[in-house]
Amino acid sequence: MTDTPAARAAQATPPNVARKIKGLSDRAIAWIFVGPTIFLLLAINIFPLIWTIRLSFTNFKANRINREPEWVGLRNYERILTDSDIWLNMQATAHFLFWTIFFQVLIGFTLAYLINKKFKGNDLWTTIIVLPMMLSPAVVGNFWKFLYQPQIGLFNYIVAFFTGKDPSSFEMLGSVDLAPWSIVIVDTWMWTPFVMLICLAGLRSIPDYIYEAAEVDRASKLRQFFTITIPMVLPFLMLAVLFRGIENFKMFDLVVQLTGGGPGSTTELTSINLKREAFEKWRTGYASAYAIILFVTVFGLASIYVKALNKVKER
Amino acid sequence: MSNFLTGLMRLKRGPWEMLATILIGLGVFMLMQPFAIWLYTYSFITTLVGTVMFIIVSHFKD
Repeated sequence: MTDTPAARAAQATPPNVARKIKGLSDRAIAWIFVGPTIFLLLAINIFPLIWTIRLSFTNFKANRINREPEWVGLRNYERILTDSDIWLNMQATAHFLFWTIFFQVLIGFTLAYLINKKFKGNDLWTTIIVLPMMLSPAVVGNFWKFLYQPQIGLFNYIVAFFTGKDPSSFEMLGSVDLAPWSIVIVDTWMWTPFVMLICLAGLRSIPDYIYEAAEVDRASKLRQFFTITIPMVLPFLMLAVLFRGIENFKMFDLVVQLTGGGPGSTTELTSINLKREAFEKWRTGYASAYAIILFVTVFGLASIYVKALNKVKER
Repeated sequence: MSNFLTGLMRLKRGPWEMLATILIGLGVFMLMQPFAIWLYTYSFITTLVGTVMFIIVSHFKD
């Protein structure tokens, strides 16, 4: 008998199981293996999604499960889409999303470009830079809260050192103008290494002979950067933007730890507002409609993004 | 422009995907813009139409 993996698997199959599957077609056996996964996918992803869509048309409250929910049609959607407070939450999310992605891509790519140059201690620096990403968002939120303290926080002292201002003259987390930027800074600090790693993978995938050919053609370093480096790293950069965009659209833990959505509602991102509606006010039907609006937005954006990514890859 | 319209008439994937993409982008902008609340009100329906259209037209022939 040949000693192939299939033969070894056949030998290892208990005789009673082998007897049962004997006579089944390959297709039936494939379904037996794939079936549990499809069942789990339906149970964990698809069913809750359909259930949420159904709940979004009712006034169901999860803390009153004995009360029969009433069908309210599109009223939940109408209330959300005419609520000026939620509109402000959307703007706060847009501010957070735009600036975090902008800074993370800019700094992440720059760091990756520098780390990609061969120098002594290259690996050590990579490990040090990647450290923030390995921490829990709850921990990061807590210690940045200390760093932002106006009396004892290091951040205020560093800003004071460069600007000459009094360290206790401004409060990052308590100011309406500065709080949105404070969450942008922390998220950028934490997740720039992730973008850097993806960019680094892109930079290391560019073969040296392309640069050598460009050198032979007397292309300047700047020309090489814009015609070789950027186009070849672009799919990786786009992937990083997609990942960070979806993650930051759902950002919750870090911001809750840092500001709790305050002062007022200046840093109340949509996910924080959604959690309040669902688990503090217990308006489950309303929160379901809210979740569907966010889901459609992220899904739509991800669809066009994946299409753009495939086009870039084809090029 | 006439190529785009001809593509739409002939149910070609490219122009229809482009239209869906524009609708999604417009919807997301309307959702998050700080200028007019009526734009925000109609943002979801715009994004939803764009997304559903995108799913359907991505099965059209090139």
